[in-house]
Amino acid sequence: VTAVREATAVVDGPTRRPSRWAAPPRPVWEEKPSRAGIAGKGLVLLLACLAILFPLWIVVVTSLSSRKAIDEAGGLVMIPTDITFVAYQELLSGGQVTRAALVSIGITLVGTLFSMAVSVLCAYGLSRSGSLGHRWILMALLATMFFSAGLIPTYLLVQSLGLMDSYLALILPSAISVFNILVLRGFFMGISQELVDSARIDGAGDLRILWQIVLPLSRAVVAVITLFYAVGYWSAWFNASLYLNDQDMLPLQNVMIQLVQKQEAPVGLGQAIKTGELSGLAVQMAVMVMALLPVAVLSPFVQRHFKKGMLTGAVKG
Amino acid sequence: VPRSRTEADTTKKTPVASDDATGPRKGRAPTGKLSLRLRFRRDRVLLLMTLPAVLLVLLFNYVPILGNIVAFQEYDPYISDNGIVSIMNSPWVGLENFERIFQDSAFWNSVRNTLVLFLLQLVLYFPVPILLALLINSVVRPRVRAISQAILYLPHFFSWVLVIAVFQQLFGGAGLLSQLLRDHGYDGLSLMTDPDTFKFLVTAQSVWKDAGWGIIVFLAALASVSPDLYEAAAMDGANRWRRMWHVTLPALRPVIALLLVLRVGDALTVGFEQILLQRDAVGPGAAEVLDTFVWWNGVRNQDFGYAAAAGLVKGVISLGLVLIANKVAHLMGEQGVYKK
Repeated sequence: VTAVREATAVVDGPTRRPSRWAAPPRPVWEEKPSRAGIAGKGLVLLLACLAILFPLWIVVVTSLSSRKAIDEAGGLVMIPTDITFVAYQELLSGGQVTRAALVSIGITLVGTLFSMAVSVLCAYGLSRSGSLGHRWILMALLATMFFSAGLIPTYLLVQSLGLMDSYLALILPSAISVFNILVLRGFFMGISQELVDSARIDGAGDLRILWQIVLPLSRAVVAVITLFYAVGYWSAWFNASLYLNDQDMLPLQNVMIQLVQKQEAPVGLGQAIKTGELSGLAVQMAVMVMALLPVAVLSPFVQRHFKKGMLTGAVKG
Repeated sequence: VPRSRTEADTTKKTPVASDDATGPRKGRAPTGKLSLRLRFRRDRVLLLMTLPAVLLVLLFNYVPILGNIVAFQEYDPYISDNGIVSIMNSPWVGLENFERIFQDSAFWNSVRNTLVLFLLQLVLYFPVPILLALLINSVVRPRVRAISQAILYLPHFFSWVLVIAVFQQLFGGAGLLSQLLRDHGYDGLSLMTDPDTFKFLVTAQSVWKDAGWGIIVFLAALASVSPDLYEAAAMDGANRWRRMWHVTLPALRPVIALLLVLRVGDALTVGFEQILLQRDAVGPGAAEVLDTFVWWNGVRNQDFGYAAAAGLVKGVISLGLVLIANKVAHLMGEQGVYKK
């Protein structure tokens, strides 16, 4: 469909392209929709979107509100009156939350890079049908989707490997998702074999083919899988709660549990909150905004490729 | 990079014609006549590429299976910091842990909570993405579609910590709902700590976070329906609703059946992180599920043998359910997780 639309756009020229706000022409056989029908559908869709956006709006607005505005509203602020960035300034001027945010950013960057490298290599290694042993390896990977060894044995293993209180414990045990590898592999298998063959005749090895032909042709799916991995690392908190005893090492999500769920004041800011210079509620909300901002900003960019990331996972021998 | 002589030779030996006739259209040359050694030489780079992933999967998915032997021990975590040393020095107790589990009312309570939550989610969560997908699919303006999809997908990428924090700000004791009620002279209420409504709250959180994301699969199925079918139905006098009933829904049926079967196969897993985060606030009576039961006994109470036994029971039943579910999928002519 996209291809057709792009083709028409080329023929018509950019000036005559219809607005994407407008409805495309209706087929002759289709009856005209009733006004009530359109209004009803619009209303339901609007309510669904508001159910998602309204809570986020409150969180953002409250995080930007002054102590005075929050007291006047009696808690959460719906309409911004007295905007201030003081909560963010306090949180980001060093201290517990700053450190936790940096930890989260570091783990997300390193972990995603590692996961992508391992997954892309494995997906390519399994994508050339007829290669030695690829069926067996595939089966071994697939089988892990049917069972899990269990929490306790995994915990004991990580402990035995000496990974307690190490950031490796947050990356290695959950580094690869078999599903993601299968999606990448499905996409790699769809790449024209003629292209790969001609590169091989020109003397390219497998690594060069992967890097110079397969990956550039797979940008969309690579973007989606990278997002999946990055969101996974950014959102993770359980392994940190399990494997890290040192409070100073905790990532942002775990600090958010302490601040929001357990209603503790951030280390060093308790006094400012008690004396009334800083609103405890605004601080909580600011931490939440810090946690949601990266994903909220990044995911829409990858959105149009999501379908590829979800659906090319069918396994072929 | 010139190819090695062996590889060049084998390529040359392969008749070009048979490549199309017998070999797979894609991939390596036909391998029937090559010895294992030659195939290894040819594919060693590919094998090397899969090695890191294979090692990680072996280490973190297969090796821990062996660790389940602590379910047959009275495992003592204080013997050593190293799990393996502790396993070697802990006394064996046979099936004692399993006997204890089946007499433990807390275990049966967690089983009941798990199953109730599973059923609630099946009834209240499962249909939502289907209905949303039908709605989105009937919206014809491209920009409206894209924007609403972007908004609906968004919460899927939020962490559970964040989702529960958001719900707490809305429905908690100091949340927006309580605030509004108090402003109008009523008592505030805290849904976040109420055992009676907890299971509905958990379901609502799942809907808020993932129902929008769930529509992708259905939208793809809807997009693959040929417009000719709709036109033909319209020519035969089918109105809007009859077209939905006779064309749209049959197109969705295989996807719905598949997802349903997979969900049933995964019945004993009902949102571990989500529930663990709220377990202490609500109390184990309403909030303990099988996964959190394992966590509580193992991680909190350090009763590793007992927790591992409970985990093993859950794992074995789950494996059985998944295999049955896939079998059913195959019987219905669907693909399931693996192909027959």
